[in-house]
Amino acid sequence: MKASGAQIIAHLLERHGITYVPGIPGGANLPLYDAVKASKIRHILARHEQGGGFIAQGMARTTGRTAVCFATSGPGATNLLTAIADAKLDSIPLVAITGQVPRAMIGTDAFQEIDTYGLTIPITKHNYLVRDAAELLEVIPEAFRIAGSGRPGPVVVDVPKDVQNQVVEFDKWPDPLPLATPPRPSAEEIRRAEELISKAQRPVILIGAGVVSADAGDFVIQLAERIDAPIASTLLGLGAVPSSHPRMLGMMGMHGAPSTNYIIHEADLVIALGMRFDDRATGKASEFCPNAAIIHVDLDRCELGKIKRPTLAVEADVKEFLGELLQHLSPGPRPEWRERTDELRAEFPLLMPGSDDACQPYGCVLQTANLLDEAPVVVTDVGQHQMWVAQAFPFSFPRQLLTSGGLGTMGFGLPAAIGAALARPDKTVVLFSGDGSLLMNIQEMATAAELGVNVKVILMNNAHLGLVRQQQELFYGARFHASRFEFEPDFVAIARGFGWNACNLGQATDPVEMLATALSQPGPTFVNVPIPRTVNVLPMVPPGAPNIEMIGGHSHVCQNA
Amino acid sequence: MSAKTHEPITPNDQIIRDERRPVLRLVVRNHPGVMSHICGLFARRAFNVEAILCLPIEDGQRSVILLLVDEDERLEQMVRQIEKLEDVLEVTREEDGHEPFEAMARYLAS
Repeated sequence: MKASGAQIIAHLLERHGITYVPGIPGGANLPLYDAVKASKIRHILARHEQGGGFIAQGMARTTGRTAVCFATSGPGATNLLTAIADAKLDSIPLVAITGQVPRAMIGTDAFQEIDTYGLTIPITKHNYLVRDAAELLEVIPEAFRIAGSGRPGPVVVDVPKDVQNQVVEFDKWPDPLPLATPPRPSAEEIRRAEELISKAQRPVILIGAGVVSADAGDFVIQLAERIDAPIASTLLGLGAVPSSHPRMLGMMGMHGAPSTNYIIHEADLVIALGMRFDDRATGKASEFCPNAAIIHVDLDRCELGKIKRPTLAVEADVKEFLGELLQHLSPGPRPEWRERTDELRAEFPLLMPGSDDACQPYGCVLQTANLLDEAPVVVTDVGQHQMWVAQAFPFSFPRQLLTSGGLGTMGFGLPAAIGAALARPDKTVVLFSGDGSLLMNIQEMATAAELGVNVKVILMNNAHLGLVRQQQELFYGARFHASRFEFEPDFVAIARGFGWNACNLGQATDPVEMLATALSQPGPTFVNVPIPRTVNVLPMVPPGAPNIEMIGGHSHVCQNA
Repeated sequence: MSAKTHEPITPNDQIIRDERRPVLRLVVRNHPGVMSHICGLFARRAFNVEAILCLPIEDGQRSVILLLVDEDERLEQMVRQIEKLEDVLEVTREEDGHEPFEAMARYLAS
């Protein structure tokens, strides 16, 4: 068999089930583009490489399967870095294939040359600079295996232009490699977990992205019901357990409901599943769940003991762990604890003022949810709107929420929504964004218009970098600086200019009706929602403070603390 | 071997002979970039590597790297991070691992 490096890549992508590849062509990846044109892969032309990276992320986050994106050398690769770093922090399986200058020119500061390999070392699970086209027969399947195995993450494959053109002979096409088998819990670990659970009077279950990627939500519910424990989630765990489940407390941490943080504070056992004790979730780590034993289950052993020293550390896939545990665990009703958690929830709920008003933050989120008969895929950008969505949206299925958690990348939303719409053409995709975030990748409106994807953008427009303004108000003596946008673009006109349907809820006599019409329109639709400009996301744990010190929480004395 | 061309220099014996400092022994795939993966892990955690020795082994497909590092409570986390690297095949903590560094020190001092 004979093929060029570029043809090998295109064919192996097909063999790995890749149907869409977002990206942007340039001098150093043109051989690849030529080969992909002759393949069954459909290329999605992004308008900025970061957009292309996030379109791929949108596909990967929605399906759980590894997605691919392309960029050329130099600025193409540097533009892609943010999307790769974002995938690393949120454990998203992504294979980024970049063009590189020809081998002979590497290291000469050639036109559009940058050390992509060096730049991506700290933001990838693994990366390659391919030096011979024959290596691609191993590297491409390996890249998919690494991206999708264990704790998923991004892999970069940097391919010099002459390697793309190099023709090699080989015997047969390699098959996709099996993903690594996730580590299983030992019988002893299960026995110890059972023991800790049976001793506990006030257990709490914490879930994170690992529960989503292991698709273990049902097992978590079974565990919660079996041991009579409430469930709290990190930002990235939302959706794994439906918000409507009676034991689901919603998001924990910096912007969690006061009751959620109090309940965790009172726990005598924390069962942490596929979550990594991120500071936004735990507040000051040393004062997080101070009286609790900790069972920490994660398939990345680097996470075990990184922030909190667990009583029992289990290196395992969450689903495997729960499957085993549930086979052995006897029911343990805990009526007193249930009563106590119900009491805290009734006394210290999340307050959601303005729920009826579509032009108020909570109203905007809840009315949108209300108006859609079928649960949409929900995408957010980063900032206040993101937290309002995380707090208020009634999530009902895993992978429903796509949000940049670890890196917190403004500009994530629009391209990720496009990717989600490509991966789930059966669903409506709703992007809640802010006027700061949307501008950071607004060029992808052109991509969305070209594709006609079913993306609804709900722009919570307060003419501010709202979360920055909030921090300046709360922690910098209200000395506002660089958080107000003095110039306010006409977003409706911009959206129309990109060929979108667009409307402005601020000019509606009946905003809910206008929102309903917008959501029912086919294709990309933009809704500008002018929200009050100085509303804060509450409650808020000041950065570095313990979770029970919430601004806009309620004064409270914990029992058992 | 021809005569050495360098001037003798004075290695820091205090660090090199400090028995409390652990030595890590890594077996890695031998190709460009592996060293930056490993050093990058230490660098971005502000964790100093005091000394490095690296030699290709067997048919040259693999190398052994010896790292003289600081005793630090983060070391266990570092070792786990190193183990996660695709190109690292093995990590062990060497007991009495200072000898090669002392040999290197003698070479430089002579």
